Amino acid sequence: MSGIFSLRAWEKVWLYRGTFLLGLFNTVRTAVFAILLALALGILFGLMATSGKRALRAVSRVYVELIQNTPVLLQTCFLYYALAFSGHSIGIITTGILALGIYTGAYMAEVVRAGIEAVPKGQFEAAQSQGFSYLEKMYYIILPQSIKIMLPPMVNQVVNLIKNTSCLYIIGGADLISLTYSFVTGENTGGAYAPAYLISGLLFFVICFPLSKTASSWETALKRREQRQVFARKNAGGKEAMADE
Amino acid sequence: MRYSEAPIFFHGALQCAASVQGKGLAIMIKMENVCKNFGDLEVLKNVNLEVREGEKLVIIGPSGSGKSTTVRCMNFLEEPTSGHVYIDGQELTAKNRTKLVRESISMVFQQFNLYPHMTVLRNLTIAPVKLHHKSKKEAEELAYHYLDVVGLRDKAHAYPTMLSGGQQQRIAIARALCSQTKIILFDEPTSALDPETIQEVLDVMIRLAKENITMVVVTHEMGFARQVADRVVFMADGQILEEGTPDHFFTNPENERVRQFLGKIIRS
Ligand SMILES: Nc1ncnc2c1ncn2[C@@H]1O[C@H](COP(=O)(O)OP(=O)(O)OP(=O)(O)O)[C@@H](O)[C@H]1O
Ligand SMILES: [Mg+2]
Repeated sequence: MSGIFSLRAWEKVWLYRGTFLLGLFNTVRTAVFAILLALALGILFGLMATSGKRALRAVSRVYVELIQNTPVLLQTCFLYYALAFSGHSIGIITTGILALGIYTGAYMAEVVRAGIEAVPKGQFEAAQSQGFSYLEKMYYIILPQSIKIMLPPMVNQVVNLIKNTSCLYIIGGADLISLTYSFVTGENTGGAYAPAYLISGLLFFVICFPLSKTASSWETALKRREQRQVFARKNAGGKEAMADE
Repeated sequence: MRYSEAPIFFHGALQCAASVQGKGLAIMIKMENVCKNFGDLEVLKNVNLEVREGEKLVIIGPSGSGKSTTVRCMNFLEEPTSGHVYIDGQELTAKNRTKLVRESISMVFQQFNLYPHMTVLRNLTIAPVKLHHKSKKEAEELAYHYLDVVGLRDKAHAYPTMLSGGQQQRIAIARALCSQTKIILFDEPTSALDPETIQEVLDVMIRLAKENITMVVVTHEMGFARQVADRVVFMADGQILEEGTPDHFFTNPENERVRQFLGKIIRS
């Protein structure tokens, strides 16, 4: 009955399609809020990592290193059980949003830091010399230039986050992976392994693949535009020189 | 190339009241015992300097002597390790730098540093609109005025990367003018340019020099220094070794180092 060619197995999956859609809904819901949290944390800690204040840089560094060098599963469990034992049960979905948001936030912070550091020093100085405050400088001058550099790796982090919702399984989540697993091991529904995992995988793929593709095409477009600009500059220089002669 | 004959300042932002020699008496920039270290490296060793309203001060000296650092202390791009900097009578501190710099000082850089993600027009209007509370219309009027001054009105909608170095630097000067500050600092504004575009930038600066703007210019262009400077300062090893009028400098400087330096530069 587990066989990929078993018509009955496929029928069973179809019969329980609601389970898969519910899992998908929970996964997407968790992911969306976690992405927003990760973005906020990423921008905050990315800015701190590039600030002139040593203490802020240190705090950002500690956050990034702690999160990047421990398993996300551990972080999820820690958050869930530590909070549960201290009497603050916040629910599985909220735990998932917090855990994945904090986890991905550390990677987002690195993306933001790299994006800011890719902007030439002269841009910071020009903005400062005009009297832009720190936040004005970042908002009007620096971030608009680094956003192009940051977007592709950010989308990749979003894709990772969506896949990482499977961590919720360990705390008894109702995400797509967890529900797929209970489906194939369930007393009444059990057995249809291959079709169930294929469908579950397909659902992930349908969401993640367009995102990855978008990210890589942005990246290509960005490279091409840079080349064009170098070319345009050379041309402008040439023409100017001729006109003056 | 044609430049508009319009006066550089309009809307009566600044009056051109200074007489020929009698520059205004107000001291616009004052550096008092300024020292600057980078780690163990002492880059400025007790620099004292005063620049009067409307004065054109040219700073010369060998590479690494601290010319850029001096100018960058004037707008707090570098914070002095010790000593004081006063702008228009107010001490410049980490706390008031943003406000004081915004109101009083602009800077033109060797590498132009135009904002590449904005059109020329936006480069010129962003500070007036966001920092000086001008309406978009007022700011654009101002921008077109200064584009005329630098002879680049037709580039308003171009992006900086599409322009030649000389054009970018003229835009950068227009951007500085759009802030309508009394002081403009120039750090080697022609050093990154192709030889054939240097003159177009110098021409604009010579025109500015006729106005009552306080200009501090680090440059290796001795012809320019001779033509526009009220006073020349020679720096070496983080100190001011000699200062005087261009005439004094280029005819009989006292200091041997100055003589050597000028000999090298003028011969090359
Ligand atoms: N941010 C910095 N960190 C460390 N050292 C620096 C820094 N900025 C400048 N220096 C050093 O300070 C000294 C003076 O530099 P500065 O740029 O003021 O010289 P300069 O007279 O402008 O030279 P140039 O003609 O080459 O522009 C140099 O030895 C330089 O290496
Ligand atoms: Mg320099």
